[in-house]
Amino acid sequence: MLDEFFLRALAAAVGAALLAGPLGCFIVWRRMAYFGDTMAHSALLGVALDFLLGIDLTLGVVGVTFTVALLLIAFQHSGRIATDTLLGILSHSALSLGLVLVGLMPWLRLDLMGYLFGDVLAASWGEVALIWGGGGLSLLGLVLIWRPLLAITINEDLARAEGVAALRHRLMFMALMAVVIAVAMKVIGILLITSLLIIPAAAARPLSRTPEQMAVMAALIGAGAGVAGLFVSLGLDTPSGPSIVVAALVFFLLSLAITPMVRRL
Amino acid sequence: MSDLSPQIGDAGTSIAHPAVEPLIRAAGLGIERGGRWLIHDVDLSVSSGEIVTLIGPNGGGKTTVLRALLGLIDPDAGKVWRRPKLTVGYLPQRVQIDTTLPLTVARLMTATRRHPRRDVVAALAQTGVDTHLDHPVQSLSGGELQRVLLARALLGRPDLLVLDEPVQGVDYAGEATLYELIANIRDHFTCGVLLVSHDLHVVMAATDRVICLNHHVCCTGAPQEVTRDVEYRRLFGPRAVEAYALYRHAHDHDHDLAGEVVPCQPAPRPQEARRRDA
Repeated sequence: MLDEFFLRALAAAVGAALLAGPLGCFIVWRRMAYFGDTMAHSALLGVALDFLLGIDLTLGVVGVTFTVALLLIAFQHSGRIATDTLLGILSHSALSLGLVLVGLMPWLRLDLMGYLFGDVLAASWGEVALIWGGGGLSLLGLVLIWRPLLAITINEDLARAEGVAALRHRLMFMALMAVVIAVAMKVIGILLITSLLIIPAAAARPLSRTPEQMAVMAALIGAGAGVAGLFVSLGLDTPSGPSIVVAALVFFLLSLAITPMVRRL
Repeated sequence: MSDLSPQIGDAGTSIAHPAVEPLIRAAGLGIERGGRWLIHDVDLSVSSGEIVTLIGPNGGGKTTVLRALLGLIDPDAGKVWRRPKLTVGYLPQRVQIDTTLPLTVARLMTATRRHPRRDVVAALAQTGVDTHLDHPVQSLSGGELQRVLLARALLGRPDLLVLDEPVQGVDYAGEATLYELIANIRDHFTCGVLLVSHDLHVVMAATDRVICLNHHVCCTGAPQEVTRDVEYRRLFGPRAVEAYALYRHAHDHDHDLAGEVVPCQPAPRPQEARRRDA
């Protein structure tokens, strides 16, 4: 029999992965891996604000990461700094700023490793409910904006000329990203969130012919990696977050290996 | 609604149908980048059932005008009016679809709006690429993708078709067919067509009005008028004047399959076609 803490961990990991898979596809298609990383790194700032101002942790993280996304978009539009330079600056500055803020509060007994690399084995039922509730709502939101978001991803000019409101849907996508970061933080940690977004999507790519297939496949691969990683973590007593990432990596390599066979079908 | 915009007559462009509100109109349009005006003082309008062609040297601002008209860039001077609820079919000059995105031709066709599969097939058949329906878009050649995107622009039966170099990458035999198709669509669906081309030869054959653009509107008018214009000759050289003459000549006779000269079946003039539709 599995212990209850392990069941909670499985539920949390699967829930986060089901949301991260489809969103991660857009990160891959829109070439926003670094952008997602920057948003995730700023989440630590949200954690620090939570302790400093007593804001709810999830709301704090969603608020800070979304604000950072808005700042990034505003900077990109001004066009004064190259985007990758900008992301390089903000990604590490946001992380460092969070660490410095946490360091300024010596009375704070913070499980920093848990925030950075995830601590899913310590998840409570309340946190599981938050992951499934917030994740479910975000997934519903993604389904609702799926067509216009995909249209601006295929070709933004084409979509805009045909009347799709590009900026509005980009902002909604950023908001969904902020939620997935807040939700996945517990499972896999701030530093590893990008991998949960990108690796399942990349593994799903060669196996899919349509964007919808790829999204579903990425969700399933991510959930599989979550389950496999947690069992490895339990059996070998390895850290849970990194174990999930390693499992996802194995799925990605498997997908690469069977691609020639799939192509021949 | 019969309220006509009072500014229509003031635009300084030649308006083909003064009684009809144009689909889209720009007045004094200017786009500035880094202290340089890419285009300035551009006036133009497109009405239903009219084919307007932008010609001009590379870097003369043709694509910039289209992008400003479509609202993809904000004008730094002047104004663009669009008829309310105007639907647009757009064929950009170059479309790159990321290889990380799995996308079949069928799915690309319905990217913005759903359409029944038979409509999608019919649209693709019009441009001769219906056999690619279930192929990944990344497997298409440049010319094939261009035809797919043209079919896509036609699919929604838009009020206004905006085509940026529609025959780019299409072989010579296909070019004439595509222009014929565009003219047909205009006649059947009475949409307006705004196209950019540097292929003077074919353009002259299918166009109602030519706008010659080199950062500003050098000259504008019916094809035969424009070819007589001094500015046009200066831009394209004396050989370009023959473009229209060649077109006229082509309509004097036709060739049968053996190459023998036969009398041609005269196609309806664009103006007549419009009157018939009205």
